[in-house]
Amino acid sequence: MVQPMRPFNVPDDALVDRLRAVVGPDQVLTHPHQLRTYESDGLLQYRQVPAVAVLPGTGAQVQAVVAACAEAGVPWVARGAGSGLSGGALPRGDGVLIVLSRLTRVLEVDLDNGRVCVEPGVTNAAVSAAVAPHYFYPPDPSSQVVCSIGGNVAENSGGAHCFKYGFTTNYVTGLELVLADGEVVTLGGPEPDPAGYDLIGAFVGSEGTLGIATRIWLRVVPVPETVRTLVAFFDSTAQAGQASSDIVHAGVVPAAIEMMDAVTIRAVEEMAHAGYPVGRGAALLVELDGAERECAAQFEEVVAICAAAGSDDVRVGRDDAERALFWRTRKAAFPAMGRVSPNYFVQDGVIPRTRLAEVMGRIEALSQEYGLIVANVFHAGDGNLHPLVCYDGRVEGQAERAEELSGAILAVCLDAGGSITGEHGVGVDKLKYMPKMFGEGDLEAFQRLRCAFDPVGLANPGKVMPTPRLCGEVPGPYKRHPLEIAGLAERF
Amino acid sequence: MEIRPSTMDEAVAAVKELAAGGTPVRPVGAGSRATWGGRDPDGAVALHTGALDRIVEHNPGDFTAVLQAGVPLAAAQEHFARAGQMLAVDPPTFPGPMPSGPERAGGTIGGLLATADSGPARHRFGGMRDLVIGVEVLLSDGTVARAGGKVIKNVAGYDLSKLYTGSYGTLGLVTEVAVRLHPLPGPTATVLGSSDDPHVLAGAALALAKQPLEALCLDIGWPAEGPGRLLLRFAGRTAADRARRIGLAGLDDVHVEEDDEGLWNAQRAAQRDPDGPVLKVPHKPADLGDVLATARSHGLAAVSRAALGLTWVRGGSREIFPRATVLDGAAGVADPWPPADAGALALMRRVKARMDPARIFRPGTFVGGI
Ligand SMILES: Cc1cc2nc3c(=O)[nH]c(=O)nc-3n(C[C@H](O)[C@H](O)[C@H](O)COP(=O)(O)OP(=O)(O)OC[C@H]3O[C@@H](n4cnc5c(N)ncnc54)[C@H](O)[C@@H]3O)c2cc1C
Repeated sequence: MVQPMRPFNVPDDALVDRLRAVVGPDQVLTHPHQLRTYESDGLLQYRQVPAVAVLPGTGAQVQAVVAACAEAGVPWVARGAGSGLSGGALPRGDGVLIVLSRLTRVLEVDLDNGRVCVEPGVTNAAVSAAVAPHYFYPPDPSSQVVCSIGGNVAENSGGAHCFKYGFTTNYVTGLELVLADGEVVTLGGPEPDPAGYDLIGAFVGSEGTLGIATRIWLRVVPVPETVRTLVAFFDSTAQAGQASSDIVHAGVVPAAIEMMDAVTIRAVEEMAHAGYPVGRGAALLVELDGAERECAAQFEEVVAICAAAGSDDVRVGRDDAERALFWRTRKAAFPAMGRVSPNYFVQDGVIPRTRLAEVMGRIEALSQEYGLIVANVFHAGDGNLHPLVCYDGRVEGQAERAEELSGAILAVCLDAGGSITGEHGVGVDKLKYMPKMFGEGDLEAFQRLRCAFDPVGLANPGKVMPTPRLCGEVPGPYKRHPLEIAGLAERF
Repeated sequence: MEIRPSTMDEAVAAVKELAAGGTPVRPVGAGSRATWGGRDPDGAVALHTGALDRIVEHNPGDFTAVLQAGVPLAAAQEHFARAGQMLAVDPPTFPGPMPSGPERAGGTIGGLLATADSGPARHRFGGMRDLVIGVEVLLSDGTVARAGGKVIKNVAGYDLSKLYTGSYGTLGLVTEVAVRLHPLPGPTATVLGSSDDPHVLAGAALALAKQPLEALCLDIGWPAEGPGRLLLRFAGRTAADRARRIGLAGLDDVHVEEDDEGLWNAQRAAQRDPDGPVLKVPHKPADLGDVLATARSHGLAAVSRAALGLTWVRGGSREIFPRATVLDGAAGVADPWPPADAGALALMRRVKARMDPARIFRPGTFVGGI
């Protein structure tokens, strides 16, 4: 049953004083001009200045800050680097923003066991740097230079290489959490398979609604022996899509398969000057890595598949410099779109890979219908689309139409059996699509998990769950198990 | 008593009725891991998933499938293999004659998810938690909930698929599972080497784990006496070639076997013992030598996933391996579970209370008496 939320308390002077006592006066911000920095995350269309921002410097301070909020009944939002693209770290005007960017210590590097332990504010790139040159941390979001590991854990971030290597959730082996009531719990650690429920699995991707990760154990892996990269050009995204399917079907598991459509090729070429043929329908970047011999054998096969699928222009990266150019060009897609259009929305939807041609057709039809350009870049291996819906914010009503079109694309993804988000999360931006993907029972189960972690609902309220709800009392009579009666086990 | 629903409606009705009576329930797949998770309370009703055995979807082009909980793993694998695909988990099969026939010896998808059992291929592909992309569960108040979806990349909503993986039937009935598939690995080859010194064997394994070999499996087989061996398995066109290039300095009798299926079946089989106990011991990979030495000093045989830090020991107890979980033979010990962090345990209790409000799903059997 949906019950309305109780109103929260707002931060008062007593809470602010207490926070100052915990983290020091300089690390508590209350002036609007200081708070302005934090009014948005990476999704700039949502803005909200928090009542207070706190910048703790240790895990113990995070705990004390959360405990103070719990006692005051004040909601809070955790923020890593603020690069999120769904408004997950959007502050609350009636709440405290807990900024984790000062927690940047690498606590342990244990390469013998392939583990690192870090604080949440460490950037994704810094994790790989800490274990270089022989190891690396595979999940590599394009924002890796700035985004924090805490944010990656909260969003279950992926990257260009996740088709082969998996997502954040496949690499987290332990977490120290501060729960909304101020309790600190440790889940797992450096060893595998901690006994009990996989609460690490439940926490990863929970978008800051189940608590704050203050310590994170990660698995790191040896750097592959060799890497090979090619870019193949096709007449259409359908052809390029066919090539990606054929590659995967041949039993090849590429480290990355990335696709760009004609609009994107034109935009990136203007910016990156990689010599890409403007006017071609699609570009497919394929990267293989692994053992030298296996990689070499498979790479030849990939070249042949691209040719067979209709590419007459396959460019093989000759050296690290050229490989880097291919990737720079791919990663220029978002910024380059700024040259094509004054504004754009980045959409993030997922489809089964085999539905690519059909879905591209439907997106094209929507683009025509709305009279707005849609550029497409995507992680083709796992069907994660990033349509960029271009618009001009100065034209009355165009932003709204673009948003509508962007939403219609998600409906197409759901129709094809996909998902409303592959990596950017629900945050506030996709709340309204949650009931389109999930039924009442599904949302109810999500809510129960949230209530188990945070019965009062102070952790990032208003995110992920479409309708704010109250947690009921834990139901059910208490029954003693025979083992308990026999004194062999105890509860509570 | 037994219940055997063949539709979701029947399952919902049965669970609601059991909840109303406060009757404890034990979900049962093929019964291939019948003792795992310990003794159920007296009067527990067996809720069989065997009639929920439809392969709901297999999408070869997308390398995904949706399976009802009662589908035997072997039947699913046979189906996928026709398209050159597999679900990349290879748990051991039941070591004795199965009452319900050999195709059930590898258990059902639901049982596999619930126990998070795994085999040597976990080295390369991760465990069940890394392959499941969606679940449908039936909770004790009759709520039917889905989480995840049927695409391999998806972050919408909480990842309940992982919560239910390894939950041993204590959070509700898993009714459907969506999984990511992989291509069949192609030709394989295994390089072996042996030593009777656990630290030499473990050292060799650790050295391999630190190289980017992209091997399929890396195991140790450690008998109760005599030399143990290291097995490193490659897959793909160049498998034999790559196996031959592995040196294994310091080990004896180093050789390559291309017809290697039997070797790996033996590794898997050594994870099970119908009479029990079998202990699953988690450890740091670098501590493998000590774990093997301890097993030897008690005359116990073991197999290890060397790079993961997991060892299955046949015999022994938590007095010897304090962090071990007892798998086979769990019903014969007071508590099959190792101690857990107090805070984590309190949180798990809250999860149990919310997900199983009637507290009928295997009450008292899980970690900390949950
Ligand atoms: C140019 C650009 C490219 C991007 N490319 C990718 C990509 O390729 N793949 C991808 O997956 N994402 C990508 N992103 C999205 C974004 O970078 C990721 O979601 C990232 O993980 C967010 O990290 P952050 O530190 O910035 O988190 P924030 O934006 O600060 O926060 C994100 C969420 O995490 C929560 N949170 C933060 N820290 C913690 C913590 N310690 N404990 C609990 N909750 C916490 C917040 O409350 C919020 O809900 C991109 C973003 C940009 C701007």
